[in-house]
Amino acid sequence: MSYDSIVCVKQVPDTANITAEAMKEDGTVNRSALPTIFNPEDLHALETALEVRDQYGGTVTVITMGPPKAADVLRDSLFRGADRGILLTDRRAAASDTLATSYILAQAVRTVGRFDFVFCGRQAIDGDTAQVGPQCAEKLGIPQVTYLEQLISVHDRVARIRRNIGHGWEIVEAKLPVLITVLESANEPRPPAAKRVMRLKHARVPAEVAGEVKAASPNASEQELAAETDRRISALRQCGLMLEQWDLDAIHADLQRCGLAGSPTKVHRVQAIVLTKEGFRPVPATEQGIRELIHELVVDRTWG
Amino acid sequence: MTEPNRQGEVWVFAEQEDGGLHDVALELCGKARELADRLGVKTGAVLPGAGVGPLAKNLIAHGIDTVYLVDHPRLTHYQTLPYAKVLVSLVEKHRPQICVIGATAIGRDLAPRVASTLRSGLTADCTDLDISDVMDPKAKVEHKNLLLQIRPAFGGNIIATIVNYDQWPQMATVREGVMPLKPSANGRSGQVVEEKVEIDDAAMAIKLIQRHIEPRKVNLKGARVIVSGGGGIGSKDNFKLIYELAGAIGGAVGASRAAVDSGYIGKEHQVGQTGTTVRPALYVAVGISGAVQHRAGMEESAKIIAINTDRDAPIFSVAHYGIVGDYKQVLPMMIKAIKEKTR
Repeated sequence: MSYDSIVCVKQVPDTANITAEAMKEDGTVNRSALPTIFNPEDLHALETALEVRDQYGGTVTVITMGPPKAADVLRDSLFRGADRGILLTDRRAAASDTLATSYILAQAVRTVGRFDFVFCGRQAIDGDTAQVGPQCAEKLGIPQVTYLEQLISVHDRVARIRRNIGHGWEIVEAKLPVLITVLESANEPRPPAAKRVMRLKHARVPAEVAGEVKAASPNASEQELAAETDRRISALRQCGLMLEQWDLDAIHADLQRCGLAGSPTKVHRVQAIVLTKEGFRPVPATEQGIRELIHELVVDRTWG
Repeated sequence: MTEPNRQGEVWVFAEQEDGGLHDVALELCGKARELADRLGVKTGAVLPGAGVGPLAKNLIAHGIDTVYLVDHPRLTHYQTLPYAKVLVSLVEKHRPQICVIGATAIGRDLAPRVASTLRSGLTADCTDLDISDVMDPKAKVEHKNLLLQIRPAFGGNIIATIVNYDQWPQMATVREGVMPLKPSANGRSGQVVEEKVEIDDAAMAIKLIQRHIEPRKVNLKGARVIVSGGGGIGSKDNFKLIYELAGAIGGAVGASRAAVDSGYIGKEHQVGQTGTTVRPALYVAVGISGAVQHRAGMEESAKIIAINTDRDAPIFSVAHYGIVGDYKQVLPMMIKAIKEKTR
């Protein structure tokens, strides 16, 4: 019996290397100003899906939501073995909170149609909320299993899963379809396959092609740009290098539930972390200085 | 989507496991009490489980006015769907204005499922909660007495304050150890309301086969003194000195993410936003530069001693005592001074 998986992945700013200037005045993120990476846990979600396909057969479809540049993570997924990649991109989806995002992703999953598994990373490193997976499961009306660290088996449309619950673990059985969120400890993601990189590195979504055409001839008229874009798109399509790009209409989304309108949480204020040098008491690094410090701590009963 | 109910109570999800309340539930009771007093409303706690009635007393002692008890054999162990069903049913029935949930493995699984069903806003991993009037800059409308949901974001590089104007309840998860555990008042009165929630077979879609709970090996949360080492310690071997100082003071050993990531020490020792949040009487930070994500997990400590060779290290910004110097010289001096004192 074969199983079809959909993997929701996200391109995220590399939060280890950012500054507060990356925030816009309305408190949302100026993503274009930041170096981006494949959200780490999502790579493990993808690997889990690829392992299911390798063992039982079936397909792996990767969905990501973001600006045209987010197609990077689709290409990366294809390099690693995914069968199909879909970019959800629409300005009307901008500033979606987790509730709106999960609604949009669920609509996209429904639009793909048949699936047995939906895999997500547990959380993305830009928000660390871990909310989109469970919320997406709720929108799809299917059960969720969070914190997968081992997919033990799939048998007769029942998945046996070991999940890490922080101070221990659980083994659960879930009838398919189910949405699963995956931890980094689950597996070791396979690297991109050289042959697939060679074959698919020029794969593009239409919005990327339009952007590249515009960048190449900034002075061309709208008409010329459109004609050149169409020409390149049909050339790419003939080589099987056209990636799918969907907007909110394509997934029949209710616009009231997307973007700012569909987001109950609003960013009221953002503070970049500024280090304030408050007065600490310097203690000389000498026997005398340290003896006095310890004495003081004993006297004020900090311990003892 | 639920309209604001300004007379609504402030609710806590009373997480329990194997017959004991989770610390974070009791911490949240104290915070809920404080928020409710400011709003002039009552507090409530939702207590689902099997045979958990006796736990209600403790919730009331920590500031809860009404415990909504849902006792059902299908609630013996936490599972997403039956617990979500309980919370959704009770929120729809009683319409609390605020609902706070511990950001534990359970809370982070449950809260988004519930918020999605209710289509209400949810903010993850808050480190502070407050009440304030908020101006909606787009609609130019002032919203009275909203819950300010304050959390670090972007890997701890920013602190965001999130609000929810009108899709209530205002829901937030809160990290363990962030809110102080207030002393209980055993004479406090409150009521227990038994609620019936139907849990059908569909809610039991996930079958629990086996469950294994490990006792906590490292008790950072309970320690009065913590000695933590960072990337500056340099090697696993050098961590011995951290253990020696901790041993001399009678404290627990903590670590920064850098030290854990470098493999000097196990993840169970990690203090910080992604590790354990602590507030001991004394926190000694050794060779820790003090990234935001670390400081967020320890800055509430009563006393902080920072030891670092770099006098500009951010850790000094939260320290009460700063020692600029090489820990390899400073720690032996401290150990010696402590031994003299306790002799």
